[in-house]
Amino acid sequence: MIHAAYLMVLLPLAGFAVLVVLGRRLGDPWAGWLATLAVAGSFVATCVTYAGLLSRPSGASREVTQNFFTWISAGPLHVHAGILVDPLSMTMALFVSGVSTLIHLYSIGYMKRDRDFPKFFLYLNLFVASMMLLVLGSSLLVTFVGWEGVGLCSYFLIAYWFERPSAASAGKKAFIYNRIGDAGFLLAMFLLFEKTGTLSYRGIFAHASDLSTGVATAACLLLFLAAAGKSAQIPLFPWLPDAMEGPTPVSALIHAATMVTAGVYLLCRMSPVLATAHDAQLVIASVGAATAFVGATIACAQDDIKKVVAFSTVSQLGYMFLAVGTGAYEAAIFLMVAHAFYKGLLFLGSGSVIHGLHDEQDLKRMGGLARYLPLTAVTFASGWFALAGVPPLSGFWAKGDVLDNAFARYPTLWVIGIITAALTAYYSSRLFILAFTGEARWRHSEATGGPAPASTSPAAAAQAAQAASVAAHLGPHEEPHEAPVTMAVPLVVLAVAAFAAGMLSLPWHTGITRPLAWLDPVFGSSLYAAHQSTATKWVLGVVDSLVAFGGIGAAWLLWRRTWRRPALEPDFLRRVWYVNELYDLLIGRPGARLASFASGVIDRRAIDGVVEGVGTATRGAGSALRRLQTGFLRQYALGIVLGIVLLLAFMLTRVWP
Amino acid sequence: MSPAHLLTAALSVSAVRGGTLSLPHIDYLTILPELIFLGGALVMLLHSALIRRTMDAATSTSWALSAATAALVASLVQWYEVSAHGPKVAVAGAVAFDGFSVFVTILVSSATLVAILISHSWLEREGVRGPEMQALMLVSAMGAMLMGAANDLIMVFLGLEILSIALYVLAAFDHRRPASGEAALKYFILGAFSSAVFVYGIALVYGATGTTNLPQIADFLSRNLLLHNGLLLGGLALLLAGFCFKIAAVPFHMWTPDVYQGAPTPVTGFMSAIAKVGGFAALLRVFVSSFGLLRADWQPAIWVIAALTLLLGASVALVQRDVKRMLAYSSINHAGFVLLGLQAATSRGVSDSLYYLFAYAFMALGSFAVVSIVGAKGDGNHRLDAYRSLGRRHPWLAAAFTVFLLGQAGIPFTTGFLAKLAVVEAAVEAHSVWLAGIAMVSAVVAAFFYLGLVRLMWAAPAADAPVAGAPAGAMASVGAATASMQPAERVSAGALASPVGTAAGQVSGSAAGSPAGAGSTSGEEAGSTSEETEEPALSTPLGVGIAIALCAGVTVVFGVIPAPLLDFAHQATLLIR
Repeated sequence: MIHAAYLMVLLPLAGFAVLVVLGRRLGDPWAGWLATLAVAGSFVATCVTYAGLLSRPSGASREVTQNFFTWISAGPLHVHAGILVDPLSMTMALFVSGVSTLIHLYSIGYMKRDRDFPKFFLYLNLFVASMMLLVLGSSLLVTFVGWEGVGLCSYFLIAYWFERPSAASAGKKAFIYNRIGDAGFLLAMFLLFEKTGTLSYRGIFAHASDLSTGVATAACLLLFLAAAGKSAQIPLFPWLPDAMEGPTPVSALIHAATMVTAGVYLLCRMSPVLATAHDAQLVIASVGAATAFVGATIACAQDDIKKVVAFSTVSQLGYMFLAVGTGAYEAAIFLMVAHAFYKGLLFLGSGSVIHGLHDEQDLKRMGGLARYLPLTAVTFASGWFALAGVPPLSGFWAKGDVLDNAFARYPTLWVIGIITAALTAYYSSRLFILAFTGEARWRHSEATGGPAPASTSPAAAAQAAQAASVAAHLGPHEEPHEAPVTMAVPLVVLAVAAFAAGMLSLPWHTGITRPLAWLDPVFGSSLYAAHQSTATKWVLGVVDSLVAFGGIGAAWLLWRRTWRRPALEPDFLRRVWYVNELYDLLIGRPGARLASFASGVIDRRAIDGVVEGVGTATRGAGSALRRLQTGFLRQYALGIVLGIVLLLAFMLTRVWP
Repeated sequence: MSPAHLLTAALSVSAVRGGTLSLPHIDYLTILPELIFLGGALVMLLHSALIRRTMDAATSTSWALSAATAALVASLVQWYEVSAHGPKVAVAGAVAFDGFSVFVTILVSSATLVAILISHSWLEREGVRGPEMQALMLVSAMGAMLMGAANDLIMVFLGLEILSIALYVLAAFDHRRPASGEAALKYFILGAFSSAVFVYGIALVYGATGTTNLPQIADFLSRNLLLHNGLLLGGLALLLAGFCFKIAAVPFHMWTPDVYQGAPTPVTGFMSAIAKVGGFAALLRVFVSSFGLLRADWQPAIWVIAALTLLLGASVALVQRDVKRMLAYSSINHAGFVLLGLQAATSRGVSDSLYYLFAYAFMALGSFAVVSIVGAKGDGNHRLDAYRSLGRRHPWLAAAFTVFLLGQAGIPFTTGFLAKLAVVEAAVEAHSVWLAGIAMVSAVVAAFFYLGLVRLMWAAPAADAPVAGAPAGAMASVGAATASMQPAERVSAGALASPVGTAAGQVSGSAAGSPAGAGSTSGEEAGSTSEETEEPALSTPLGVGIAIALCAGVTVVFGVIPAPLLDFAHQATLLIR
């Protein structure tokens, strides 16, 4: 049953190919159904492969490499185009294809009557194919192909409404930030190839113990740079909030559930190398914790519903890297899967709200929506509680797993993590309260957002442009409407999943084996929390719950009655810690100055000067030599005679040196 | 005196000297292409002598094309013969039959084929009748083949003279333009001068070695160490001077711009391809195979000549205002590149030089074919300005010229790039790094004027172009209005300026089928004449169109898929190395 594994990648790719040729003819909605079918087929193929893998005995036999052809064979470099089927890649493939199917389905409703409906699904299918290739690739290079593919699709889809300048610039921003990370990926590949002579995962792992600590650390940090770009970690996170310019299903699929977790997956995949690099682990854990905290603080002060969810994603990804850094790869994967469910749900719920309110995204212009969008509200609540970490929803278990491990290894980082947990509960509750309860502010027509701050940076300009677009429909909205059935089904499915995904890995050992325990052969039992006593686990669990309820309670008290609390939304947080301005100051402007220096002084004066100087000199020489060409035969003959004399004279020097 | 008398006289001479007449055994396959060319030329001349009516262009072209094609086929047969049975000498050691000679034969016969196609269109356009031009081309090309196959200095001289004397006449062929006669006279006098120098060189070499046979010279040099080799080196210097005149290397190049400019354009194309191939073939064979042991003596001289040729050709071409003169200097620059392979004095270098010659011959022929079209009736429109915005008026023609110019500039995906790469690589391998550097600098300078011409062709027409007179403009606009009813040529300015001959009528009918002409005979041409009435509308007849397509095809196809031609050139080795 594993032999059909290639279908996992090939089906979405086929869908893409068909849509390229026939997309326009199929049109709305058949192009969407075809794309959904292709991805659903991929999901079925994944399930079949998964079943095939489960039927094998645990251990090495659950690691299957399928090579299709030799892609590159140059000197000592041999790369096969192949896929690696093992518990880790199958876990990823399962939830990637599953969530993708649901979001494809949702998009049929959401993108209805979009001008380029087939094009949207064409990109989505290409994205899924790339993502599956990324996850299943048998070597770093094949993974890199998928890695670049998802980056490209991300760029296409963020800038999907490219007529809007803000969308176009957000696409570019995402692409450029990702390129920085990609450079790290390439350098890591060069380094590992130099030291191990191969790029396949199996080959690298076989040499993992031979690598010196320095090499392993360097490789891991370079890979972490790549992961930080793709997964929006400090310092490369500002692109992710801007990426919300894309259609909401894109935000849900790419910028919450799948692509942004690729960085986490990459580091988990490279865990045998990472295990030997303790310094790199500390760096990864610290950056993860810091990102989690920064993201959470910013999410507390945003007005745009999608921006809140986006910064929440940044924060949650930080948790995952904290887990990776502590060596708790299983916890990272657990949180990744749970997060894919509840964050996908929150995005789709937001999409439903935005859809219902006719493209209104400002939380301050919502309120009281629970009455009008009951299904959305109920499912959204499931996502809210999961994100906040309320027991017994999935978020509680997953985040608890991460925090327990952090507590066991880096207690300082655990403190940051627990503060972040409180903030998480707070901002998620604020989000729900502002959107679904209280006064129905969308009936009024007053401006609610703060005045757009004047700034010269491009990011601020993009924000201003967005503010302007929001201002365009500041009039009172008509009554919101519930989403069509294609949008409702994914909401319900994801809500159930977000509620129950905790069962994948419950912390106590009963007679039932944890489903996620099948990852153990990949990672080994490297969980620090495994050595904790049951009492410690109970205490930590209670602390987690108290923090979650505390955050929710605080938000309830603060935001239940009013929606105006400027003191809680300082400009510092609204403007994302001034990171965009900082980058603009440190990199953007010096870069622009360097570029103008390069084009003005170096290119125009120096290089062009030299070129034109050579040109002028040659032209001068040509004009001078041209005078020799008088047209007189006698002079030509003289030239020949001169040549003969010189030749003879030269030969004379050869005879009598 | 009849041939019979001559034969009797010859027999009596040999009978007196040797007592018996001994004819060497002749393997006719080894000289078959030469015989075909000679036979073709004789048949054409006989044909025109026997019938009263002057032979028209179509008949003579048919004859010449048949001869060239037959020679090409014969040379391909020769190639298989050499590949199968190995090289040998023939005709009492006077002719070498090896990969090198057959490569030259194939190159010369195919280039002649193209040149004949170009000349056909010129003959029709200029209304020149008679077989002489093409017959002379065949004879001249035969001389070039002989130079490639010559295994004896006397044979080299024979080939050189057959090549040259026909060329002197061809250069003077356009008797209506005084420049043509002037060019021929200059070429003739200087050519005779350098031939004399060359023969004197042969004499000195004979004096030093006692033979004119190339393998025997090599043999002599390998067995004897000359204590006083002044005589030999002097002879070598004079031979080099004679060759350098033929291949237009500095400072023996000065005839080139004048002759290239003055000669009829098809003849210039023929000359630039065939004369260079012939000259270089003999030069490579004589210096590398016979005087290879003396390479330490001649390499520095070639080094200097190559450097001067490269730099002067490129830099003076930069300031030319006439496209034929520009291409003349460009051909001087190319000669410098071919000299790189000779200077390396390796087997590899010889192959790379041959490859360069192959690439160059077709690019040069193609370029002059385009120039011949743009030259229009009277063959005088050769200012660079005539090419301004050619791309708008005749996109196909301009595209083909762009291919040739980019190829000559050495842009990748053309044979020109690979050829430059090959000879520069050969030079570097032979440790002539500085010369390779000079070559590359000259290529950069040369790119300047090639690309300048390309830009000129595709740029928008100049804003300050002189406004056409009212009557001409009115006529042209009438022409534009009626363009849908009449062939474009009939209303074009060129046709208005001179009576429409039958040739033009034929041409307009045949042009539609030619790939290069397809774009240039449409109605839009008539429309564009109303904008730029001072430019004659051009027609691309079938013959020259096919020639351009062939040359462009060779340049691009072997530029993209280089392996076959490179292998071919690398198998074209000299009998003795």
